[in-house]
Amino acid sequence: MGAGGPVVNDLQRAFQYLNDPFNWTRRGGILDLLHDHLVVSAVAVLAAMVVALPLGVVLGRARRGSGAVVVLSNVSRAIPTLALLTVFAVTPVGFGDRATMIALAVFAIPPILTNTFVGFRGVDADVREAARAMGMSGGQLLRRVEAPLAAPLVLTGIRTAAVQVVATATLAALVGGSGLGRLINLGFGQRDYGVMYAGAFLVAALALLTELLLVVASWAVTPGQRRLPFRPVTRASVERGQPEPTASGVPL
Amino acid sequence: MALLSVRPLLGAASDVVLAVDEAPNPWFDPSYVSDNWDTILGHLREHVWLTVAAVALGALIALPSALLARRSRWLAGPVLGLSTVVYTIPSLAMFAFILPVTGLSATTVLVGLTAYSLVILVRNFLAGLRGVPDDVREAARGMGLGSLQLFLKVDLPLALPAFMAGLRVATVSTVALVTVGVLVGHGGLGQLITGGFAANEYRAEIVTGALGCVLLALVADLLLAGLERVLTPWARAGRS
Repeated sequence: MGAGGPVVNDLQRAFQYLNDPFNWTRRGGILDLLHDHLVVSAVAVLAAMVVALPLGVVLGRARRGSGAVVVLSNVSRAIPTLALLTVFAVTPVGFGDRATMIALAVFAIPPILTNTFVGFRGVDADVREAARAMGMSGGQLLRRVEAPLAAPLVLTGIRTAAVQVVATATLAALVGGSGLGRLINLGFGQRDYGVMYAGAFLVAALALLTELLLVVASWAVTPGQRRLPFRPVTRASVERGQPEPTASGVPL
Repeated sequence: MALLSVRPLLGAASDVVLAVDEAPNPWFDPSYVSDNWDTILGHLREHVWLTVAAVALGALIALPSALLARRSRWLAGPVLGLSTVVYTIPSLAMFAFILPVTGLSATTVLVGLTAYSLVILVRNFLAGLRGVPDDVREAARGMGLGSLQLFLKVDLPLALPAFMAGLRVATVSTVALVTVGVLVGHGGLGQLITGGFAANEYRAEIVTGALGCVLLALVADLLLAGLERVLTPWARAGRS
């Protein structure tokens, strides 16, 4: 197709492109795009956390609204990210980073909400009663009993959301946004598959790195007995034939 | 692909008022749908075809992989690890990786989508197979069932709920992911989304594409849920 030529040539060109410091440091270069990508992603995840964490904690503690949470997480999977990115871009918000941030935040809410909800709902009633009987107030119960017990699931939700956001921020380039996806788009537009490969490598590496970093970080901050990160799922957790957590969080 | 370079350079200058913004631009327009019915139907057909093919191919590869991974512990680790890695790769990058090999064709989209559905399915299939109690399998083997019979008569029925859950998740995600195929011009209903964006942000077209995707995903999910009910009559009998 086009002037692409053999794949090996494209890979060589991608390597050359990535190896040229000027491509990184110039205005609108890789570093600028990376900066935009990370800022947009971070703002989106933080905004989603501000909305989803309190809501998940309240609903999970009250053990209410599981139906709504399930519906939300299922429906959100059916909405194409590209659609939401585009729809926000044609509202008065206008296209650009703001529309991207809103769309990404909307997508980051379901995984965080679902996991927080399930995490807090799953705290054993006996444990809560015991804590109450020991004289803990509602706040103490939340901070010293429920939060630590729910932490692994909550952190999984945040990690899922963050990786998803970093990955999806790439799509913003299709509707005129910034970020590393622009390299892919640019390379495609100019039939310069070397640049496109370079962009794809960077985006994939960034997503994998985010996942890696967050797995280690959540391992480090999870209280209690620690399983080493990256250990395969133990038999006990899949014993009941439950499907494993998916992109939208826990199986429901 | 004029849409790719329409106006990325304006960036965040959203306060610029353009003449097109003054024109009526409804969010939904029935006349758009009826006037362009054939175009929409064509994209819908491609969307359905890509989804079905990707999920079917994914399932065909995922089932033997899951069976192998259950057999040996040291295979399960790499299979699950690799699937995590593949799942983490952004879709646009995935298509970009495949594009120079397969060109500007629907094949590019199909290969990428198959990779994603495969990853979802292999995890769910493996979880389902692992959920089959060892006692039951041993009893079945003691009754003289061969490995094929064991799979068809014991593993498959018991793991079916997990299999179907996986298929539903994979199908719904694939319907949403097809839209990213607009990169190579084969994004099914996604073509309407970017097409409307490029056509001076024609909202009716964008919303038609977006709604079409969501409706398609819901219909597919309902169909699979119905199929699961039909395939597992014992679950209903037990419940009522």
